[in-house]
Amino acid sequence: MAIALLLALILITLASACLFVVHPWWFPAGVSAQAAAMDHGFKVALWLLGTLFIAGQITLAFFVVRSRRRAKAAYYQGNWRFEAAWTLTIAALFFWFNVSGEKLWSRMMIHHGAPGAVQVEVTGAQFQWYFRYPGADGVFGRTNAQKFAHPEEGNPLGLDPADPAGRDDIVSAALVLPANRDIELILHAQDVIHSLFIPAMRFKQDAVPGMSIHAQIRPVQPGNYEIACAELCGTGHYRMRAAVRVVSEEQFAAWQKARAANE
Amino acid sequence: MRQISPTSPEPRASRFLRRYLFSADHKVIGVQYFFLSLAAALAGAVLSLLMRIHLVWPHMAIPLLGEIKPENYLGFLTVHGTLMVFFVLSTVPQNGFGTYFLPLQLGASEMAFPGLNMVGFWTVLVSFLVLMTALFVPGGASIAGWTQYAPLSAIAAAGPGQGTGTDLWLISIGLFCVGTVLSAINFITTTVRRRAPGMDWMRMPLPCWAWFVTAILSLLAFSILLAALVMLMLDRHAGTNFFVPAGLVVSGRAVEHSGGSPLLWQHLFWFFGHPEVYIAILPAMGITSHLLSVFSRKPVFGYKAMVTATLAIGALGFMVWGHHMFVSGMNPYAGFAFSTLTTAIAVPSAIKVFNWLGTIYGGRIRFSTPMLFSIGFVSLFITGGLTGPLLAQPALDAYLHDTYFVVAHFHLIMAMAGLFAVFAATHFWFPKMFGRMMNERLGALHFWITLAGAYAIFMPMHLLGIAGHPRRYSELTGVQYVAAMAPLQKFITVAVIVTVAGQLVFLVNLFWSMLKGPRAGANPWDCSTLEWTLASPAPVAGFAGRLPVVNRGPYEYSVPGAEVDFLPQDAPATHGS
Repeated sequence: MAIALLLALILITLASACLFVVHPWWFPAGVSAQAAAMDHGFKVALWLLGTLFIAGQITLAFFVVRSRRRAKAAYYQGNWRFEAAWTLTIAALFFWFNVSGEKLWSRMMIHHGAPGAVQVEVTGAQFQWYFRYPGADGVFGRTNAQKFAHPEEGNPLGLDPADPAGRDDIVSAALVLPANRDIELILHAQDVIHSLFIPAMRFKQDAVPGMSIHAQIRPVQPGNYEIACAELCGTGHYRMRAAVRVVSEEQFAAWQKARAANE
Repeated sequence: MRQISPTSPEPRASRFLRRYLFSADHKVIGVQYFFLSLAAALAGAVLSLLMRIHLVWPHMAIPLLGEIKPENYLGFLTVHGTLMVFFVLSTVPQNGFGTYFLPLQLGASEMAFPGLNMVGFWTVLVSFLVLMTALFVPGGASIAGWTQYAPLSAIAAAGPGQGTGTDLWLISIGLFCVGTVLSAINFITTTVRRRAPGMDWMRMPLPCWAWFVTAILSLLAFSILLAALVMLMLDRHAGTNFFVPAGLVVSGRAVEHSGGSPLLWQHLFWFFGHPEVYIAILPAMGITSHLLSVFSRKPVFGYKAMVTATLAIGALGFMVWGHHMFVSGMNPYAGFAFSTLTTAIAVPSAIKVFNWLGTIYGGRIRFSTPMLFSIGFVSLFITGGLTGPLLAQPALDAYLHDTYFVVAHFHLIMAMAGLFAVFAATHFWFPKMFGRMMNERLGALHFWITLAGAYAIFMPMHLLGIAGHPRRYSELTGVQYVAAMAPLQKFITVAVIVTVAGQLVFLVNLFWSMLKGPRAGANPWDCSTLEWTLASPAPVAGFAGRLPVVNRGPYEYSVPGAEVDFLPQDAPATHGS
């Protein structure tokens, strides 16, 4: 039985390691400014924790198989020095890892809005994302979803018709962003909690009813990407997707102009 | 009404009812909890099977059920999570084995409050029935998951299952909180007041330590959850505004609430919910520490460190809840504190792993089924535990949060490791509970199927999460990059089918052994703790007024100079140590 356990644990370890090395499914290519730093964080984490995983399983396997050779177990109640050494080592390792993570978090979570950032308001509603741009005046119009929201009449967010600032607002079903600009996302939700997840940009933030959550992102690679909802929001949760289109600065300006002409 | 004089014999039927059904005997109640959890585990497993099938073959017609719809999937998801977390992992290791064996390991014949013990069980049973009823009401069970995030859980119009289904969920879990708090009071009092003479704190077997600390966590955590459930119920039916903010439009209709905070629910829920994780796993850790020592024929490596680590996990368990909320909209500064505290709790967990390995090292292992499952527990605990420090990093968690990576993490460390401890404990204590032995061959077969299954199911889920697959998706067709992961999801579903089918081996073994297994002696595993000084099955009267006197610690195995390789805790002091 000891040999069987040894082989099983080695097999599990090898198979798991292979799975992660070959990784037929993996992170999509990172296309935001923060992706490289996060991918580096993942790499460090997977190496550190992968090494501990292999070490732990193999140690377990060999301790199990080693017991076969003994006539009588050792009477051994512990060893404070080993215990303390192990505790300090693992604590040092984990806290070093923790501090490196905290640094990354502080870089991601910039509290003050970057000057000149492109503002986009993101609203989640069962089971659709809406993206609003302030238009030429740079000011978002007032909304009142309870009073004015009529998705079938082209006013899903409930823009107040009395507010002139809202007249040039652009409401889009796709998130269109200029590359290499800081983007400030302002997240809202109309009914329940949703979560804006853009894997290629390593970005996720809940959109919470009653809250206005500001987040920053900087796409660096033009292309088409997907948004998935990452917070259980009801029966249509699995199909609450949206497209992200990252375009050049000129194309972005042209898109805004074309949309403004349509409004 | 008929008068029964004290001398007249009780009718047979009523004697039977009082002995096996409405009994205040902790041993009967322990067995009742065991079977309740078994029923819950079977129901939970069947639901997971249905979910896995719908996920990869959404249009398959299931016999009797027909085609599963997305709302059915989410209803099953809610009930699966609730059953497994509350009625299996929080119930059988603690209230099942703990109710039976806490008094006996401490050298007591009964819990401190036998009547309360019975009330607790019946409350939990009613709670279980209410939860299951939700599957059959119009609209089905709640679709909001076991975490019941508001406002989805607060507004009936937010989806099917959010009306009656959610009310039933709230009533069920409210009852569960009451039952568990009653039981926790009993555990704490019994441990403090009912220890046999000589059973010092530092002579308690490690499962008793785990049950004691878990009871303290249960008392505090379930009280908070109960308060939160009452608040949510009031929001739903009494027009209060705890969790629902102003200005919402649900299903095209304005919601008449204002001033509530969805984050308040998350704080309250996870203030319960994270200690809950330790409520589920601490007894499993205690049982594993115990069994590794018994079957390695060695003292537990670092007993004091194990007790200290248990206490540290219990205390820190209340300070880490915010790691579930890094991307919830909580102030990002709070993320720093919760991240560091979560890393801190990994340290006592690592101490435990080190000491388990130290206990096995240099042992003369007996590879009985309880030991196989205990070794499996250590392996799974290492695997599932190591993704913990990664998820404790807010930046990395932001990407992995609510993906299959997290599903893999908590199923390995809590669900699979927890179940392995339950299987180990079942094989180990079965002779004391039922007077017979379970079959070792079937036990080993079940172990191999389940070990292979656990890894085959949950290891690949890490990759799904890394590739960005969100959890709680009822179908793969809605998002293109998710649809591309169907082959791996199909593999996992096949692994689930095989693994769930493999559990039949356990059921056959359990029931066959109960009726036909070979008779067990008083102490078939050569254990030193007090429950094994009693006959098998444990007599109704327990120690029957002849309280044991404890002379030594619980793990005196292979003591140099002793004639046998274990010294019972109550053996006379001249016998060696």
